Amino acid sequence: MPTTIAFRLNGKATRLRVDDPQMPLLYALRNDLGLQGPRFGCGLGQCGACTVHVDGEAVRSCVTPVAAIKGRKVVTLEGLGTPEHPDPLQQAFIDEQAVQCGYCINGMIMQAKAMLNANPHPTEDQIRQELAQNLCRCGTHVRIVRAIQRASGGDAK
Amino acid sequence: MTISRRGFLQKSGSLVVTFSLASLASRAQTTPAPPSAAQPSVGAPPPPPVDGFIAIGADGKVTVFSGKVDLGTGVRTAIAQIAAEELTVPFTSVEVIQGDTLLTPDQGVTFGSLSIQNGGTQIRLAAATAREALLGKAAEKLGVPRTELTIHDGRIEAKGSGKGVTYAELVGGKKLEIKLDPKAPLKDTESYSIVGKPVPRLDIPGKVTGRFMYMQDFKREGMVHARVIRPAGVKASLESFDDAAAKKIPGFLTTVRRGNFLAVVAKNEWAAIKASRAVKAKWSDWAGLPDGSKIWEWLRQVKVNKDEVLQKAGDVAGPIKAAKKLTATYDFAIHTHGSIGPSCAVAEAKDGKITVWTASQATHLLQRQLALMLGLKDAEVRCIYIDGSGCYGRNGHEDAAADAVLIALEVKKPVRVQWSRADEHGWDPKGPPTLHDFRASLDEGGMPVSWESEVFLPDRPAKISCALVGAQLSGLPTDVPSGHPGGVQQSLAIAYSVPNVKVTAHWLDETPFRASWIRTPGRMQNTYANESFIDECAAAAGIDPLDYRRRLLKDPRGLELLDRLAKLANWTPRAKGSARGGGEVVTGRGMSYVKYELVRTYVGVVADVEVNRKTGAVKVKKFYIAHDCGQIINPDGVRNQLEGNVVQTTSRVLFEQLTFDRSKVTSLDWATYPILTFPDAPAVAIDLIDRPKEVPWGAGEPTAAVVPAAIANAIYDATGARLRSVPFTPNKVLAALKG
Ligand code: FES
Ligand code: FES
Repeated sequence: MPTTIAFRLNGKATRLRVDDPQMPLLYALRNDLGLQGPRFGCGLGQCGACTVHVDGEAVRSCVTPVAAIKGRKVVTLEGLGTPEHPDPLQQAFIDEQAVQCGYCINGMIMQAKAMLNANPHPTEDQIRQELAQNLCRCGTHVRIVRAIQRASGGDAK
Repeated sequence: MTISRRGFLQKSGSLVVTFSLASLASRAQTTPAPPSAAQPSVGAPPPPPVDGFIAIGADGKVTVFSGKVDLGTGVRTAIAQIAAEELTVPFTSVEVIQGDTLLTPDQGVTFGSLSIQNGGTQIRLAAATAREALLGKAAEKLGVPRTELTIHDGRIEAKGSGKGVTYAELVGGKKLEIKLDPKAPLKDTESYSIVGKPVPRLDIPGKVTGRFMYMQDFKREGMVHARVIRPAGVKASLESFDDAAAKKIPGFLTTVRRGNFLAVVAKNEWAAIKASRAVKAKWSDWAGLPDGSKIWEWLRQVKVNKDEVLQKAGDVAGPIKAAKKLTATYDFAIHTHGSIGPSCAVAEAKDGKITVWTASQATHLLQRQLALMLGLKDAEVRCIYIDGSGCYGRNGHEDAAADAVLIALEVKKPVRVQWSRADEHGWDPKGPPTLHDFRASLDEGGMPVSWESEVFLPDRPAKISCALVGAQLSGLPTDVPSGHPGGVQQSLAIAYSVPNVKVTAHWLDETPFRASWIRTPGRMQNTYANESFIDECAAAAGIDPLDYRRRLLKDPRGLELLDRLAKLANWTPRAKGSARGGGEVVTGRGMSYVKYELVRTYVGVVADVEVNRKTGAVKVKKFYIAHDCGQIINPDGVRNQLEGNVVQTTSRVLFEQLTFDRSKVTSLDWATYPILTFPDAPAVAIDLIDRPKEVPWGAGEPTAAVVPAAIANAIYDATGARLRSVPFTPNKVLAALKG
């Protein structure tokens, strides 16, 4: 049943017409709304590549029906900052060169950002636990943890 | 093709250094040539000479055309560094175009850690040729002898006078084409200001903000979306299908069938996904896979096509006085590449020509494979590289490209094929199961007097090759131009001096799944077995394992590396592995060393592990790495690679194995094929040995080779139990502890 869904996307009022309100938010963001921060990794809620913020919480957009975001606030990686004006967490990833292929990095930043909003000074152990459901195959883990520590003013050597 | 490439370059005035493989071959005689065995033979036959490695535009901007692709390893930045350094221009004025079969030369497949060693060396020469030509022109223009000229940031100046001219001015509106000079003088590495420095990677700001375009983001005007419906068994045939339910899905366009290749096409991605689930396909029963629980027994009875002796010294069958004899068998499970982003490609068929956008590490090889599949000429297929998710070898990127081409030929529109998670886990070509047998004799002093190893590997010729899965399913030609799984016998030969040595590969007629090269192909499995067995010898001799290796090495560079490793890890000699502490959780450390393929990068590691004797769980706490890859182009890039190698390989060793029933792969997602997560990622300490005057060897693979044995040896040190079967799951650890 085609439906129109109204929500806020990266600070802007957005209306989207969809054929199927059960379509995962990920496809709406990537294919209908021109965003590419959120990435398709598994479509199963297992890897975190598709993570976005809904009302400030990190959620897996690949298993969130677009109908569920009606009236809510969605923020994607693009909504945090740009190469010209990166968010401090994005800047920390640049400073630590915490990327290999970078495919997982959207999820890492979105997950960590939601954590930092709630807990600005996490311990290393808390960071690792928070990211336990976010997969990286390149083995960038060590640097990702360092980048988050740096952004939290923690001990990033 | 040549004309189009020229056309591209002629858009503005430019100085282009052209290049043909012939000129490289002549250079190869004057530089330390990479060993032929290390060369991927996948790229043959040699392509015709191609134009343009480096172009300097009228605006002074430098464009490098590179056949090597990035694969998330930072090679693009390293290549830009090399070109900028040799040309003496600011790093930011260099742009790198990669992997377009129409624009870039065929530098072979991006693998084997050869990108910098081969591709980078070619680019350095091309840059030097350009710089020399510009110096010549500047000398004329300024009326000053060449020896009086210096270069600074793309401006050539007459010493002392302040007179000068920029590259841009020298190039002007003219089009100059010169040939690569294989003897062009190279800059003294002492004067380097860009190469050897941790220049930040070019792609990272875009990647952390969503600006960077991956293959998966690429769109074409009028593009439609497809999903492939996979057979119920690897070689099952499609008996019939019913797409009535799929047709009711808004946006559905069509079903494409070619033999056993079945796909749905829709206007949007979600409709394609739903349609792929709605199609009812009836597949024949096929159950031709071996019993996964008896895979090693199965492997031993496979027909051997050929035995190849890889290394021989003395006579292992002769009379040898042995005080002690050792034997051991090691195995390494079937692994998937496990890219986080499943493969994706876009293809377009127009006027008898095919264009494919792909994240393939081997655009030129893919071009040939696709042309063969369709009976087209190479020039009728164009493959354009776009970065994808990291692939760590040949994953599903090439197969997704073939899928997209097959569908595009039917629907006459640009087609995007996105593999599902199950497609990638189930259908990417696999790292084959690998089995090793070892025998050694030790003398009175505990040192080895004979060393025999045998490996069982899938045979290399076309029979077990990396065919395109779409071609297989649709019954089209699957020939691979001399394709084989990546020289997997490499690194089984040993660097240690033992008087009697025999190292043999048994090339098997069959392997359960399409085999391809996964990162550090064969070298990881072979080094795991070698370095585990040498550790067993050291323990049997009651000699410290690091000292044992020192005694068997003559190579001063290898010895220096071991010294630096010992210092970095604060190694304390241990005569024999023994359980340290009697509690539930015990700790241990192990080491491992390799000279990659005996001719390249030296790397040694120490691993610190914790073993829970009650649960069998192993935790790798920290890795120490000493690494000598000759000249370092970008030290931070190298560190990033080493850390990645350690974490990824720790994951392989502790957690990973493909599971399957008699028909198909059953580990189709991250729950059934788990990989390492953040709480288990080890810390990494690195000592990089830089040798600016030496050949730059690769850093993308060698460290992965030494990780498995270091972990196995550390577990032994902690518990006295030997783990000889990867992955070291808690069950296997508990079984080994029971002895
Ligand atoms: S793509 Fe959503 S969790 Fe993997
Ligand atoms: S950087 Fe490649 S998957 Fe994390």
